[in-house]
Amino acid sequence: MSKINKLISSNCGVIRPDSVEDYVKAGGYEGLKKAFTMTPEEIISEVKKAKLLGRGGAAYPAGSKWEQLLAIPEFPKYIVINADEGEPGTFKDKLLLSQDPLRVIEGMTISGHVFSSHDGYIYIRGEYRAIQKVFQSAIDNAVKAGYLGTNIMGTDFEFNIHIMTGAGAYVCGENSALLNSIEGKAGRPRIKPPHLAEVGLFLMPTLVNNVESIANIPTIVLDGGDKYLSYGTKDSGGTKLICLSGNAVNRGVYEIPFGVSLRDAIYDPEMGGGVPNGKKLKFFHLGGQSGPIGAEAQLDTMYCYKALRNAGLSVGSGAIVVMDEDVCVIDYLKGVTEFFIHESCGKCTPCREGNKQIYAILCKLSEGEATKEDMAVLKRMIDTMTNTSFCGLGQSAAVALNTCWKLFKAEFEDHLHKKCPAQVCFTEQERGE
Amino acid sequence: MCSKVTKDQALEIIGKYEKVLAIINKYGKAKEQLLSILLDIQCASGENYVAEEWAEVVACQLDLPISKVHDVLTFYAMFNIKPHGKYVIEICKSTPCHVTKADAVVKMFEEVLGIKLGETTPDNLFTLMHTSCVGACDIGPVAKIGDEVYGNLTAAKVAEVVTSYRGVSSCQK
Repeated sequence: MSKINKLISSNCGVIRPDSVEDYVKAGGYEGLKKAFTMTPEEIISEVKKAKLLGRGGAAYPAGSKWEQLLAIPEFPKYIVINADEGEPGTFKDKLLLSQDPLRVIEGMTISGHVFSSHDGYIYIRGEYRAIQKVFQSAIDNAVKAGYLGTNIMGTDFEFNIHIMTGAGAYVCGENSALLNSIEGKAGRPRIKPPHLAEVGLFLMPTLVNNVESIANIPTIVLDGGDKYLSYGTKDSGGTKLICLSGNAVNRGVYEIPFGVSLRDAIYDPEMGGGVPNGKKLKFFHLGGQSGPIGAEAQLDTMYCYKALRNAGLSVGSGAIVVMDEDVCVIDYLKGVTEFFIHESCGKCTPCREGNKQIYAILCKLSEGEATKEDMAVLKRMIDTMTNTSFCGLGQSAAVALNTCWKLFKAEFEDHLHKKCPAQVCFTEQERGE
Repeated sequence: MCSKVTKDQALEIIGKYEKVLAIINKYGKAKEQLLSILLDIQCASGENYVAEEWAEVVACQLDLPISKVHDVLTFYAMFNIKPHGKYVIEICKSTPCHVTKADAVVKMFEEVLGIKLGETTPDNLFTLMHTSCVGACDIGPVAKIGDEVYGNLTAAKVAEVVTSYRGVSSCQK
């Protein structure tokens, strides 16, 4: 039996992305139609029953987030969708944005109805400029067809969607940094509290959801929270878009029900299809650069929030980057750390300086110049950054290093003695070849 | 004393000024549209950068202190404050591309273009740079030129891509 369950990606590659006609024929806008017969409380109750956990990476219960915003009396309230998707190894939102934008638009419109909002903003990363045009075309067509703008579906509800562009900054995936960026400022995170539900975009109450999260809303409203929950596990309902990349035979986006194993995701012929060229799997990186690294012994872990967390892993953004035996752990971590040096906003010292110090020691390791004292500094850096950085970026920047440290201690030791098992570091002469 | 600016140069400056004003007006001079305005100005510059004088025009038109415009220009990776080639070739260096041999792709482009990473070809047509993830990890290693992303790159494909940009006249935006 197929382990893939196309619940929210069923239209992708099947309909014309910006065609309202195609979308409606495929069952689109039935969720919004039903939503208009429900009260905000009833809709939120279904989202809570569905146990939809935020798909951007933080896994915060969407129903609770919606409930908190509904209780705030101030208006206007804004709907903001985070389409910044800057996590290397993550390209699942791109699938929905480019191939089924109307599902995202319908989800936004339902949330607009719930919070009596008139304006929704979708912040699409600058690297997706081509997709922004497709999305704008879908918005324009939805307005023309009466599903957006004024008097939506014959009601007196008015809702408009505005596309805002990013310009290349990973930290803008952090919700408060994203709001600053929408306001035309540099995307540095804000101090919290106050929380964004109270003081968000233009200092007004704001809902910030991920693209995949909001794309689930029409299905939850239409089918009901209980049915949606049945697709997943008892703790997290529905399906998850996973993205396979790196040394995997079939790289791409797959929609899976929570509960299949990591081995299925990486090796099933319908999904990853294993490691190419007969190579062995060495490790895999889950949930993006800020996520943990796992090894072969963890392959039978169930892909769901709870089981992964218990195994020291996480779902994060849904990224699964596969690495074969030719990849050096130290060299890989250098790449991860270089990324964080580049993407740190520079606001807080632990993140701004810590990543640079970690990188310097990793370079020493790959050059055979590191000492045991350096290893102690590395350990201290991991603790300091994790506990004292200002935002999630800095707090999670050393997660990959920390998990590698535990899984591949011998490889760190080898590098102290000028040995690189993957034959990536040092010259042939230094390796004694 | 006579100005050193010729009539043709003056007309060129006026032309550029009008182009920048048109971009700002298209966005209704809205402060929250600063990123879009600057990205459009950069694309229209022909040299893939936002010159200081245009940053000042934007600040003035949007009623922002120039420091705020500089803050944005230097914060986001997609902005350049120095001239670049007409086409900026950006090679993804994030780990999913790295493990699928992005380093080899850098060398392929260096060979075809005759320049090193970070440099611009003498005819100002191409600049070769690294970039963070462009969200195309399923087709790594990848290079991005303008809005276009080229994946599964091989030496033959790199040569083909470069040839396709030679002789193309307009900004691909």
